[in-house]
Amino acid sequence: MSSASSRDLAPPVGAFAVSGRLTPWLVALPIALITAIPVLVVASALVHPDQEIWDHLWRHVLPELLVNTAWLTLGVGLGTLLLGVSLAWLTAACDFPGRRFFTWALLLPLALPAYVTAFVWLGLLDFTGPLATWLRESWGVSWVPPIRGRGGVIAVMTLALYPYVYLTARAAFLGQGRRLMEAAQSLGQSRWRAFWRVALPMARPGIMAGLLLALMETLADFGTVAVFNYNTFTTAIYKAWFSLFSLPAASQLASFLIFFVFVAALLEGQLRARRSYAVSTKAAAAATRIRLRGWHAILAGGWSGLIFMLAFVVPFWQILRWAANVYEQDFDDRYLAFVLHTLLLSGLGAILVTSLALLLGYAQRLHPTPVMRATTRLAAIGYALPGAVLAVGFFIPVAWLDNQLIDLARDWFGRDGGQILGGTLVVMLLAYCARFLAVSFGPLESGLGRVTRSVDEASQSLGVVGARRLARVHLPMLRVSLLTALALTFVDIMKELPITLMTRPFGWDTLAVRVFEMTSEGEWERAALPAAAIAIVGLLPVFLLIRHSEHAHT
Amino acid sequence: MSFSRSLLAILALIATLTAAPLALAAEVVVYSVRNEQLIKPLFDAYTRETGVPVKFVTDKEGPLMARLKAEGRNTPADLFITVDAGNLWQAAQEDLLRPVNSKVLQANIPAHLRDPGNEWFGLSVRARTLVYNKNKVKPADLSSYEELANPKWKGRLCLRSAKKVYNQSLVAMLIHEHGEDKAERIVRGWVTNLATDPLPDDTKALEAVAAGLCDVTLVNTYYYGRLMEKQPNLPLAIFWPNQNLKDRNAGVHVNVSGAGVTRHAKNEKEAVRLLEWLSSDKAQNLYADVNLEYPVKSDVRWDPAVAAWGRFKSNLINVSQAGALQTKAVMLMDRAGYK
Repeated sequence: MSSASSRDLAPPVGAFAVSGRLTPWLVALPIALITAIPVLVVASALVHPDQEIWDHLWRHVLPELLVNTAWLTLGVGLGTLLLGVSLAWLTAACDFPGRRFFTWALLLPLALPAYVTAFVWLGLLDFTGPLATWLRESWGVSWVPPIRGRGGVIAVMTLALYPYVYLTARAAFLGQGRRLMEAAQSLGQSRWRAFWRVALPMARPGIMAGLLLALMETLADFGTVAVFNYNTFTTAIYKAWFSLFSLPAASQLASFLIFFVFVAALLEGQLRARRSYAVSTKAAAAATRIRLRGWHAILAGGWSGLIFMLAFVVPFWQILRWAANVYEQDFDDRYLAFVLHTLLLSGLGAILVTSLALLLGYAQRLHPTPVMRATTRLAAIGYALPGAVLAVGFFIPVAWLDNQLIDLARDWFGRDGGQILGGTLVVMLLAYCARFLAVSFGPLESGLGRVTRSVDEASQSLGVVGARRLARVHLPMLRVSLLTALALTFVDIMKELPITLMTRPFGWDTLAVRVFEMTSEGEWERAALPAAAIAIVGLLPVFLLIRHSEHAHT
Repeated sequence: MSFSRSLLAILALIATLTAAPLALAAEVVVYSVRNEQLIKPLFDAYTRETGVPVKFVTDKEGPLMARLKAEGRNTPADLFITVDAGNLWQAAQEDLLRPVNSKVLQANIPAHLRDPGNEWFGLSVRARTLVYNKNKVKPADLSSYEELANPKWKGRLCLRSAKKVYNQSLVAMLIHEHGEDKAERIVRGWVTNLATDPLPDDTKALEAVAAGLCDVTLVNTYYYGRLMEKQPNLPLAIFWPNQNLKDRNAGVHVNVSGAGVTRHAKNEKEAVRLLEWLSSDKAQNLYADVNLEYPVKSDVRWDPAVAAWGRFKSNLINVSQAGALQTKAVMLMDRAGYK
């Protein structure tokens, strides 16, 4: 049951209230700095505005790009909401033939890099693709689906990004259990109205967390929109930095983007903080599903199947076909190393990022003030910055620190060697934190929000406090959120490019780096082999996640 | 507790994996924008021949240059390899490279394909030329880059996105030859003549011409070579534009991939040695042939597939102009609505 009394929102009493003043800050500030420093480095170039470039961009570039970006954000937002929420509801709260399969299958698009999916769809539907060729040659019809327009970009990005909303909304629906719906229905609401008026609003934190991730990725994306030559705000940042060589102009634009996302995230958090979304876990554990029959079952299965086909089967099938063409030429024993590097980096990265996100979420829970909320939002802002910009912003202070260390080591110890920090995995993993904290933090924050204060108080009355409470009371309750955070981060790091490229130690090539080597020369067919490997490796966490989250609720 | 033990194990693993090995004395470290599959065969051959190991890392040009700059005097990189003279020019501009006085390099590489200040050297030539649909265009109808702005090509031209530096360099050369006003008129003419929105890469542009969506496009020859290798029956052919023999400045727009020794190279001697080796006959063949490009050294034999496209007269303006005028070119393309 929802318990929204003000007592539940008050900070917990007792021992924690005292240490609760300082400890949360000691935890939250260092974590926030990992992201804040690169962001500040990017923003620092603001002090030397580049008037000529800025005037040019404002006159000839930005008006169109702002309109493009607004449409893209709106379209992908609505699209991922529609797909993500509907599929999450069907697989979490209903039962229909094929549900078990779709539950995990619908997550698989996450394992495909979005720009690869985009390239496949463009190849299939464009003028030179099989459909248009067949229409032209067999029927003399020169109709081409308008895939390269605004609608095409929105559709493809929606198909690539809906799993974020699906996953977080699903965790939220599973967390509510069926009692909530039953209660609403017993109060005279129809099932449909109970969904709209109770289940959906109660799941809002989860849905919003996923939506925020999808939208941040949309804003930060460069590769997918580039396939369509659809220019967005991020295109302008890249143009200013890498084509016009104006760091100040690029940082002006990037700062604007960060500011916009920061304010949006704060507002959303503010709205959310006014309510409690906690649900009694006893009710959640006793979940039974709505059994769909007849037409309803067919519709549910058909809808899930359609999205699964479009978002995964078709692109993956094409990737496999290409991979088969180049397999003999390109596959060699180095692939073992690529896979190992990918697994190790994604694994370590996911564990580190999720641990920090959990600490951050906990700090916010113990100390829920506006300043703390702003701090956690700042820590999670890295995901909205275009990857290459964040990578450079992260690299500059690390290289600076490294140069200081090298000088110290030479002056004090007579060490005359190369870099100390540069080219180490530590730097790489911290950079992943700067980028992906949001991905872990979103699901965890909404998960923590579902744990009532009365749970804290009950455990406290039993003498279970502090770290023990975290380990023995909260962690088991957060299982699904933790797994979600781990799996999302794992898959995201697997696909990540700019940071991996810039900070990897010599010889540490991953599958994503292979994809980059091929696509940057336009050799998409050869890129299919590592892309297929990413998808297959990515199956593992997705599968584990769903298995464990199912068990947690049945 | 098992938790703390596993935490220790993870930390130990990280520490082991991240121990940075000290640089060996005779070892060259390369930052390369040229992709692994194109550059590794050369390094392997070099190591086999000289015994000197080559350590390298690949990335895009922008981040690699930012990296060199941030690392400053402690960069591990000795040599920077990149594509496009615009990027090389920019690297020199940001003081990331150092001048190299090498008789070998000056003898092997024609003057217009290297930096006048000797900070970077072209290693392969990439020609950006016209490719047309044989069923729809007679070669006699084609003449120059400029002429593609003529209204007779309305709805018949395909272009790759203006985001690619190849097109920015081409426009920079037009600015150098004709001045900004005329260059802008030409680019506006191209945009008016487009059959479809600019395409994401050269291969897509070639496929669009082959499928009849448009009649002619502008690409680097190696993309044409790669596509025709896979699908020899496509109705495509190369046309060499701007071949007017009377005009001394006329010629096909060429660009380079090239390299320079970094400003803070620890191992300058080995870096120069590798650079000189890359300009030698044998390496030139490997370097160019692996990607169907042209060697910079004029007496080196061309790959048979490349030679089959015929000889051409190339534009002899120093390729560094592409860098000097790149910002102007990008802004001009924005004004002209070339996306």
